[in-house]
Amino acid sequence: MPVTRKDVEYIAALAKLRFSETELDSFTGELNQILNYIEKLNELDTSNVEPLSYPVEVSNVLREDKRMPSVTTQEALRNSPDSTEEFFRVPKVINVE
Amino acid sequence: MTSDSTGYKNHIEKTAKLKSGEISLKENVRYFLERIKKHEHLNAFNFIFDEDALLQAEKIEEKIHSGTHGKLAGMVIAIKDVLALKGKPLTCSSGMLKDFTSLYTATAVRKLLEEDAIIIGKTNCDEFAMGSSNENSAFGPVLNPVDTSRVPGGSSGGAAVAMAAGLCDLSIGTDTGGSIRQPASFCGVLGLKPTYGRVSRSGLTAFASSFDSIGPFAKDISDIALVMEVISGRDSFDATSARNEVPEYSLNLDDITVSKGNYSGKPRIGIPKEYFSEGLNEEVRDVIKGTIEKIKSQGFEVRDISLPNTPYCIATYYILTTAEASSNLARYDGARYGFRGPKSQTLKDMYVDSRTSGFGKEVKRRIMLGTYVLSAGYYEAYYRKAQKVRRLLKNDFDRAFSEVDLILTPTAPTTAFKLGEKSSNPLEMYLNDIYTTSANLAGIPGISIPVGNDSKGLPVGMQLMADQFDELTIMKMCRYLDEKI
Repeated sequence: MPVTRKDVEYIAALAKLRFSETELDSFTGELNQILNYIEKLNELDTSNVEPLSYPVEVSNVLREDKRMPSVTTQEALRNSPDSTEEFFRVPKVINVE
Repeated sequence: MTSDSTGYKNHIEKTAKLKSGEISLKENVRYFLERIKKHEHLNAFNFIFDEDALLQAEKIEEKIHSGTHGKLAGMVIAIKDVLALKGKPLTCSSGMLKDFTSLYTATAVRKLLEEDAIIIGKTNCDEFAMGSSNENSAFGPVLNPVDTSRVPGGSSGGAAVAMAAGLCDLSIGTDTGGSIRQPASFCGVLGLKPTYGRVSRSGLTAFASSFDSIGPFAKDISDIALVMEVISGRDSFDATSARNEVPEYSLNLDDITVSKGNYSGKPRIGIPKEYFSEGLNEEVRDVIKGTIEKIKSQGFEVRDISLPNTPYCIATYYILTTAEASSNLARYDGARYGFRGPKSQTLKDMYVDSRTSGFGKEVKRRIMLGTYVLSAGYYEAYYRKAQKVRRLLKNDFDRAFSEVDLILTPTAPTTAFKLGEKSSNPLEMYLNDIYTTSANLAGIPGISIPVGNDSKGLPVGMQLMADQFDELTIMKMCRYLDEKI
């Protein structure tokens, strides 16, 4: 199932990335090459195989629900590109078209 | 193996010399700092903590003389720049995090510090640990000290080079598909990827959460054993960290005997035929085969085994890790930390602008692939399918380890390649991990051991893998090879 340039544009939109025309072309080629390689998994019959999410399988890991020290608001804001004294500041959320 | 002029071959010797006053820790740290400066052209370090290191040296020296020091007192350690150290930059060699400062310290790093190790700096790597050549770094490529026209391997290239060029006593890297073992192989040092969950991932920037492992590079296996004793163990900050008891690795290296089920004796070694088929460079093959012959002549039981699903490792690996990466890297949106596109007028533009300018090409490529395999309509065909194949791959290893104690393979299909040689073809670059991704897929430990050189003088690494949580057998074999072979 070859990936078209339109598919790549759609995936880029999902991933919140923007590409130039030439980048879109090269990504389309590369993704097809990689996906073509990945197709080889279809040689394997996995109809009766349980998926494996984590290689070391453990059951639920629980802990007591108690309050623990955490970073302060000031510390949490230290790496922010833009903030007030208490909040992260971002551009307008609602876009009036 | 001894370092150039430190005068000791491992931490045990260093400790003795520090205690007797034969070496001064401050002088020792100065020696490394000067050496790092002299080797600046290798580009192994993103940050050097000279003042902190010297200050620590003074404090720890006092502790040594008063006998109140920790297990790793004075061990000079470099850490890969994907690990958090409070108050220090954490960039992941990415433009996205070039101004980021850690708010806390990674559990593994904290444990090193608690045992009085000295963190001398943070090492260069592929951006977000994605790459096999260390060419994908916002800080520029790292050069291989053996031949500076060649790559050091990746993604922990800087950590491997720091070790190989004698810029520290030990370095810490991370391994998601070979990122410790392959650079160890290319640079001619030891590099251990532990069992998944053996070392807490808290404070390690996530790439692929069900694959990422933290592990050491060193020149002597006793240093690896000592550090693994310190950094392993259960951590409440990482739900996937293992509760299994941590053996006293360093005290058990000299007894080569292993006991498993009703078997007791020298480790039985399996040679999987799939790891010696086409694609393996002939010189690498010859060096590995030569080592196998030497091992046989020492009375080890060596047998041919099969890991039949090996040809599916790379495909499975790239589906699952890119899927996990696309999800993990969704957090870099320019809102709370990291790079923000400066001119965005709306929130959505801010996301797109920040991510488009902040990430490098390989990271974007993997986010795209991961987003694709997780997208509606393809999830079952790619992601779920790959998770099932992962089970088959794990079953291969379970079967093998019911018969043998160690699996021996080459670490990489070639020795270090030239800078730029593979950077234009992503798939060819991915195939470099052909012998290493399996250990991450199955969650088992693996080490790369330098066992010789090719005709150009480039190091050849041999990989030993063991069953989950059996790092000790790997270490014992490594000690045996070092002393007897």
